Amino acid sequence: MFENLSDKLQRVFKNLRGEGKLTEANVQDALKEIRLALLEADVNFKVVKQLIENIRTKALGQEVLTAFSPTEQVVKIVKDELIRILGSTESKLRFANTPPSVYMIVGLQGSGKTTSTGKLANWLAKNGHRPQLVSVDVYRPAAREQLRVVAGQIGAPIYVGEPGEARPLELAKAAKREAVQTGRDVVLVDTAGRLHIDEELMVELEQLKKELQPTEILFVADAMTGQDAVKSAEAFHNRLGVTGVILTKMDGDARGGAALSIRQVTGRPLKFVGVGEKPDQFELFYPDRVVSRILGMGDVLSLIEKVEETIDKKDALEMQEKILENEFTLEDFLKQLRSLKKLGSLESLLGMLPNVGPFKELQGAQIDPKEMGRVESIISSMTAKERKNHEIINGSRRRRIARGSGCSVQEVNQLLKQYREARKMMRAMTGGLKKGGLKRKQKGAKGRGGRAPIAYDPQGFPGFFGR
Amino acid sequence: MITTLFSAPPPKPSLFERFKKAVEKTRDTFVEQIDDIFQGRKVIDEELLEELEMTLISGDLGVRTTDEILDQIRRQLSRKELSDPSQLKESIARHMIEILQKAGDGKVRAVGSPQVVLVVGVNGTGKTTTIGKLANRLKSEGKKVLLAAGDTFRAAATEQLEVWGERTGIEVIKQKAGADPSAVLYDALQAAKARGVDVVVVDTAGRLHNKAGLMSELEKIRRTAGRLVDGAPHETLLVLDAVTGQNGLEQARQFTETAGVTGLVLTKLDGTAKGGIAVAIARELNLPIRYVGVGEKIGDLEEFDAESFVRALFQA
Repeated sequence: MFENLSDKLQRVFKNLRGEGKLTEANVQDALKEIRLALLEADVNFKVVKQLIENIRTKALGQEVLTAFSPTEQVVKIVKDELIRILGSTESKLRFANTPPSVYMIVGLQGSGKTTSTGKLANWLAKNGHRPQLVSVDVYRPAAREQLRVVAGQIGAPIYVGEPGEARPLELAKAAKREAVQTGRDVVLVDTAGRLHIDEELMVELEQLKKELQPTEILFVADAMTGQDAVKSAEAFHNRLGVTGVILTKMDGDARGGAALSIRQVTGRPLKFVGVGEKPDQFELFYPDRVVSRILGMGDVLSLIEKVEETIDKKDALEMQEKILENEFTLEDFLKQLRSLKKLGSLESLLGMLPNVGPFKELQGAQIDPKEMGRVESIISSMTAKERKNHEIINGSRRRRIARGSGCSVQEVNQLLKQYREARKMMRAMTGGLKKGGLKRKQKGAKGRGGRAPIAYDPQGFPGFFGR
Repeated sequence: MITTLFSAPPPKPSLFERFKKAVEKTRDTFVEQIDDIFQGRKVIDEELLEELEMTLISGDLGVRTTDEILDQIRRQLSRKELSDPSQLKESIARHMIEILQKAGDGKVRAVGSPQVVLVVGVNGTGKTTTIGKLANRLKSEGKKVLLAAGDTFRAAATEQLEVWGERTGIEVIKQKAGADPSAVLYDALQAAKARGVDVVVVDTAGRLHNKAGLMSELEKIRRTAGRLVDGAPHETLLVLDAVTGQNGLEQARQFTETAGVTGLVLTKLDGTAKGGIAVAIARELNLPIRYVGVGEKIGDLEEFDAESFVRALFQA
């Protein structure tokens, strides 16, 4: 994969020490790297050109502050500039004065309109609204069926229309009427995917807009889009007046530079990002996070947020106490594993980490959900006493546990071995904590060849991490 | 050369015409840009090369591939093989054709019985549509075809493939939503053997290449295929959306690693996107483009031919 921008700039500024200012020459080299990074992230080349000019002006003549390295300083300039373009978080959706509000979901084929429509409905319902769905994609085979299944998954009503009705406008109007009758306050209209140069279908969208008077026209864009993003976004915006953007497939490893291009040509805010295939994998858009990602610096903020969301603080503190007192039992082991499971797939977490340093090694690591299920059933088959004190688990107890959990004795043995190793490792860590205090632990985490923070250590739970 | 690409009666208009039509939008901007650059230039200088660089990058060729092409041009310049700006266009076209041809044509000569074609890719690139068109194409060549609805995950994916089955009059083997795709494949291959089918085309759920769990599912599908039919899958096509940017390279790399991709299908070329990333993929991974999707109609799938493709792109 790519090196991140910090690493690249670090190289550029290697020889800068001692000079008090960023000069034309060293800024020039840095700009070259920045340009490359932006182009590799699929930011449109015209947008890149403009950005580079702005960054040049701001970087030139900057005093090299002692607190910052020149790398940090330049990275900050670049980040600020990108965030300035992406704008602040304006994810608020607008609603009509007299409900129902109509939202049109538009975009190219395969950008993820139907999936996003379902996710948006789910999000609206969670935020106290009563969405009504309708698909007016009468072209693609089984497109309307797809939205019907999605609606069923999230429990939202969908207007399917009279049998044989295949006129988009009639379908949408009927759905709006139904929403009025059933007291629904938002109608989500999933439109057919189309190329922005398809005149006939663009006219159809214009008619839908004219008749439905939508409060939001959301343009759905694939995060993997390349240089062409500006053309499609511009075309849709010019014809329809897009009000916001949904960026999809952000759970992939595309840098998402298209976000900058789209924002630049439409001037409209990015409102949501799609981060998975499940209905609730849909998040508000945060410019700073996407900027870090475009520059290859990972989305650590999202990760922290996710961890905070899932892990009960009280539980975590208790766990820490137990580890310190060396009372980490099999019960706690299971609890830890369960909270790890709650965090979702490890892959998606790893995707948020910068692809550098200790994290690089981790890319591709994963927890096998089947293995997790086996561990749960093995520990559940133990008596309370056994869970508290693993040392009493002898041969006959092992056989009983194996029978109870439907596993082999070898599997029980393996689990006990993993538990003992985890325990040993935790003890080693807390030993460090007690002796050297927190400082030592941090040093260990940061230093060359040092251990990664424990939560990300693949050896933490041996056997669960494969490649 | 063009007509020999077709075993069935040659379609009209010619392949070249169709390519030309498909990439017309692309060509308009691409060639216009290049022509604009040459307007009023007498010598090839750094400024000209820089503008050329931007043009290639705007076509999603990526910085590396663009640099390689420009380096070759610079070498030609220093050897005085090139001096007139008017030759430059031809020279770029030649470099692109060379890169694409070096990757081969991806055609699979060894025929299994039945021949198993696995179709993979990230979400929304046009796998199911491509399969519908490909099935039609194979049938018109006189082959007996069977489709396997291996996308058991996405809502209504099986129904979508069934519509294509009806359109082409080809049987679709399916199971319930959420079924194991390998089980669907198993059924399909058994059925294919029993009925003396020539080609089985296997649809799979779209998956992002960085999801290890989903990627290993593809490995399982391949193993299942290989157990039932010698050497299967014989061909694995990665469907790539022409609007894809630099991430396409990573897609191709990952899918090739776990799913043994043998060729690309470049879809949605009837838009304004240039699909230049396919050139980068050919260069870095030696993966050929096998077919291109040029529209939503059943006949809108063409076998790829580098010469025609690049010529059409550069024809004024």
